[in-house]
Amino acid sequence: MVAAARAWEAASAVPDPEVPCVTVADLGILRSVEIEGGVAVARVTPTYSGCPATLAIELAIEAALRDAGFEARIERVLSPAWTTDWITPEGRDKLRAYGIAPPEGPAGKAALFSVPEVTCPRCGSRDTTRISEFGSTACKAQYQCRACAEPFDYFKCL
Amino acid sequence: MALFDAVLELADDHLVLGHRLSEWCGHAPMLEEDLAMPNMALDLIGTARTLYDHAGRLEGAGRDEDALAYTRGEREYRNLLLVERPNGDFAHTMLRQLYFAAFMEPYWQAALSSSDSVIAGVAGKAVKEMAYHIRHAGEWVIRLGDGTEESARRMQAAVDALHPYAEELFEAGAETGVLPSREAVRPAWEASIARIFDEAGLRAPSVAYPQTGGRQGLHGEALGPMLAEMQALHRAHPGATW
Ligand SMILES: [Zn+2]
Repeated sequence: MVAAARAWEAASAVPDPEVPCVTVADLGILRSVEIEGGVAVARVTPTYSGCPATLAIELAIEAALRDAGFEARIERVLSPAWTTDWITPEGRDKLRAYGIAPPEGPAGKAALFSVPEVTCPRCGSRDTTRISEFGSTACKAQYQCRACAEPFDYFKCL
Repeated sequence: MALFDAVLELADDHLVLGHRLSEWCGHAPMLEEDLAMPNMALDLIGTARTLYDHAGRLEGAGRDEDALAYTRGEREYRNLLLVERPNGDFAHTMLRQLYFAAFMEPYWQAALSSSDSVIAGVAGKAVKEMAYHIRHAGEWVIRLGDGTEESARRMQAAVDALHPYAEELFEAGAETGVLPSREAVRPAWEASIARIFDEAGLRAPSVAYPQTGGRQGLHGEALGPMLAEMQALHRAHPGATW
C-alpha cells in the first residue's frame, strides 16, 4: 500500500473521544492526510470554537500515525468551517445504531422559538420532544420519544 | 500594528464575556441554563484563543495566548465596557449576551470574505455560534419582557442599565483592510434589537451620554477584580506547565 493510503487508514480509524462510536473520518473532522517530506501531515478541522475535545483528537491522531510508523504532524485548518453536513452517511448510520439521532436537515439559521423535529433513533417515530437544548456534550441536545418513551441524545445541526 | 490592536480588541471582548458567562456555572436559575451558559462561554473562549494566537503571531514578540490573556493588566485590556459589566440578575446577563451576539453575528458574516485566512476561518465557526447565542438570549429577553409584571420590570431595568453601553459596539478602530467596518453592522444590529424589543414589549431609552473608553483601556471598576481572579493562578505560577 502507498504510504499516504496507509497513513490515512491509521488516522481515519481514530474514534471521537466524546462519541466513540464514530471515527474522526466519519465526522468529517479529519480533512486529509498527506506525506510531505517524509512526514505524515494530518489536517484537522475543529467542530466548535471551544470544543474541549479538539486537543485530545489531535493528540490521538498524532499517536495513531506514530504507531503506524510515521513521523507525524497535525495542522489545524479553520477554513472552511466544519459543519454537521460533513458527517458521512456511514457516520450517521453508526450514530443511529449507537442511540444518537444524527443531525437532520442542512445546517442553517434557526428562527426564534423553533425546535427541530427529530426522529427517534430507537423506533423511528417522529413523535419526539426536546427535554434540554444541551446534553452530555456541547454538540448534543436531549430528546425523548413519545412513542417508545426512550430518552436519547440528538447531535445538533450546526 | 493596527491589525494586532484590532484582533486583540476582538479577543479581549470574547475572553471577558466568556469569563463573565462562566461565572454563572453552578449558579444558574435552572439546570438547562446551567449547561447553556458554560457552553456558550466555551464558544466565546474558544474564539478568543484563536484570536489571541493570531494576535501573538502578528505582533511577533513571542507572546502566546496565555501571555496575552494572563499577563496584561486592566489598563492593557481593550474590551468593550459592555462585556465586562457584572452579571447582575439573569435579565442583565441575557441582555448583555443579546447585544453582543446581535452585533457579532453580522460582523462575522461580513468577515467571512476577509483576505486574512485566520479571520475568515474564525468567522466561519463563530457566525453559526453567534446565531445560536442570539436565539438563546433573544428568546429569554422576549419571555422575560413579555412575562410577569416582575420579570418585565427586571428586563426593562436591564435595558435601561445596559443601553448606554451599546454605542461603543460601533466605535471605529484603525483601518486594517481585513476586518469589517463596525459602523456597517449598525443597521443589522438595530433591526434585530427592534424586532426582539417589539415582541418583548421593551423600550430602548434615549442615551445622552454613551459609555465608552474600553478601547483606550479606560474601564469600569468591575474589570479589575474579574481579571485578578482570572489571572491569579497563572501569575502565582508563571511558566508552569500542566
Ligand atoms: Zn422511539
